[in-house]
Amino acid sequence: MADYRDLFTRLGPELRVVNVGLESFAETLDGLGVPVLQVQWTPPAGGDPERARLLALMEED
Amino acid sequence: MTTRTTLRRSFYQDSVALMGLARELRRGAGVRETAALMGTSANQALMADAGLLTDEARAAGPNDLVIVVRADSAAEAEAALARAEFLLTARRARGEASGRRLPRTLDSAVRQLEGANLALVSVPGVFAAAEARKALRRGLHVMLFSDNVALEDEIALKRQAAERGLLLMGPDCGTAYLGGVPLGFANAVPRGRIGLVAASGTGLQQVVTLLAAAGEGVSQAVGVGGRDMSEAVGAAMTLAALDALGADPATELIVVVGKPPAPAVRAMVEARLRALGKPAVVAMLGRGIAAGSSGALTTVTTLEDAAAAAVAGRRGRAWEPHVFSDPAAARQRVKESRGARGPGAAAVRGLFAGGTLAYEALLVLEPLLGAGTVGGNLSGHGGGPHRVLDLGADELTVGRAHPMLDATLRVEEIERAAKEPDTTVLLVDVVLGHGAAPDPAGDIAPALEAARRHARAHGRGLAVVGSVVGTAADPQGLAAQTARLEAAGVWVLPSNAQAARAAACIAGEPRVAEALLGGSA
Repeated sequence: MADYRDLFTRLGPELRVVNVGLESFAETLDGLGVPVLQVQWTPPAGGDPERARLLALMEED
Repeated sequence: MTTRTTLRRSFYQDSVALMGLARELRRGAGVRETAALMGTSANQALMADAGLLTDEARAAGPNDLVIVVRADSAAEAEAALARAEFLLTARRARGEASGRRLPRTLDSAVRQLEGANLALVSVPGVFAAAEARKALRRGLHVMLFSDNVALEDEIALKRQAAERGLLLMGPDCGTAYLGGVPLGFANAVPRGRIGLVAASGTGLQQVVTLLAAAGEGVSQAVGVGGRDMSEAVGAAMTLAALDALGADPATELIVVVGKPPAPAVRAMVEARLRALGKPAVVAMLGRGIAAGSSGALTTVTTLEDAAAAAVAGRRGRAWEPHVFSDPAAARQRVKESRGARGPGAAAVRGLFAGGTLAYEALLVLEPLLGAGTVGGNLSGHGGGPHRVLDLGADELTVGRAHPMLDATLRVEEIERAAKEPDTTVLLVDVVLGHGAAPDPAGDIAPALEAARRHARAHGRGLAVVGSVVGTAADPQGLAAQTARLEAAGVWVLPSNAQAARAAACIAGEPRVAEALLGGSA
């Protein structure tokens, strides 16, 4: 297991966020001046969870 | 009455955006019912329940947006659908106007946002682990807000994170603060010297808002998800976060918030806390936990006491458990409410949006009202006559928004409880902060007023007792939300634990009030 003692140093002075899901979270962060990029996410494999799981496994190979 | 449907193929919108859309459409002239949902089978079942599953809605797929409007006239239904079209187009235009074209995948987002270091994932649970895995592979910390993620996925993700020294907060991580940034459902609180590790979102919110009220702030608050301290996950992220907080020069005191872990896990967490050498407060709420101190470690039994013990620890003062902040005022209110309720059967109905707040209320009420007398969906037994409901429980939120966002379910439960002749006290929470509804007090206040009117009309006194989890800096404003509840006749206490005690004093045997408030109550 990696060492977590330097976690907050590694995290650095600024949080930069990729938001995948509820857009309201990105809107809040944007309003607070936090750099955030919203992903225009749509459910993979036409929204079929089982096909999506297989697709994800293939992508990772 | 006319029902009209619009179907937009391959047009995904998230559940919060759609809830806002439906709310907007319901305001239209002549509109009786609306549904704005993706065409998943769970959503189709909800539409069927509401009598809104039209032929077009039945034909929709999971990535198709369905909008159904039932209105007094065809013209009014058409007007509402036109309004929906306008709002969806405006929303998309706003997204694109805000600058770059939005990336379609997490990978391209990481390429576009230079120095990205955190992925906030809140897609539906079945798809969430794959997104979290991608983020970890790109070297990003992850806050996994989504619930309904499989336990084996959680274990694998946390192992993957640990290999790289990354945070995997969650799944079902509602709240966190990193570097002063509030993430998820989070209150506006100042930065400070107290670091937190939390297996519970609303539990964390109650502690940090009470810290803020006492002038203390947060250095970092790491959410770990409700299952992290289970035997299976073995506190993987809790221990990682403790190491990080222990070495963080900005953190002078550590608070751990959660439910009681497996005994072996508890021993591991406490041993790690002792090894860090910083003062620590442990609020792992559960039956049979006793408050006390041992070395630098203080164990407390309520969220309020966690905040109080942390504040005392920071200031080098001794700490004592709270009962009521203002006993004289409490004595007066209890006396009035007991007088109004009369001597008959008396029951508390706790209707909660916050899961840990509901659980804390159950733990406060049980010893005061009698073992086995508090039922509901958390108590683990049938119980009665009292009842505490966590309205945000997984089984109640399938296909619909959490009660912190959408008060519909809670309003229904308030109406139901008001009609039960033995309901003497309604006990509620109102949770403010980023991510929560814009006016959560206003969403339930009319139902609470109506409940009290209904009881009066039937010759009964009904007390409503509650607390507001929030700060003056929250978007909804603590003072305004408190005032809205008070205007509806709610007795608002400074914490959830105090509200639960107040409820017990009103509905319980006279000895309960005597024990908590002194003989004259």
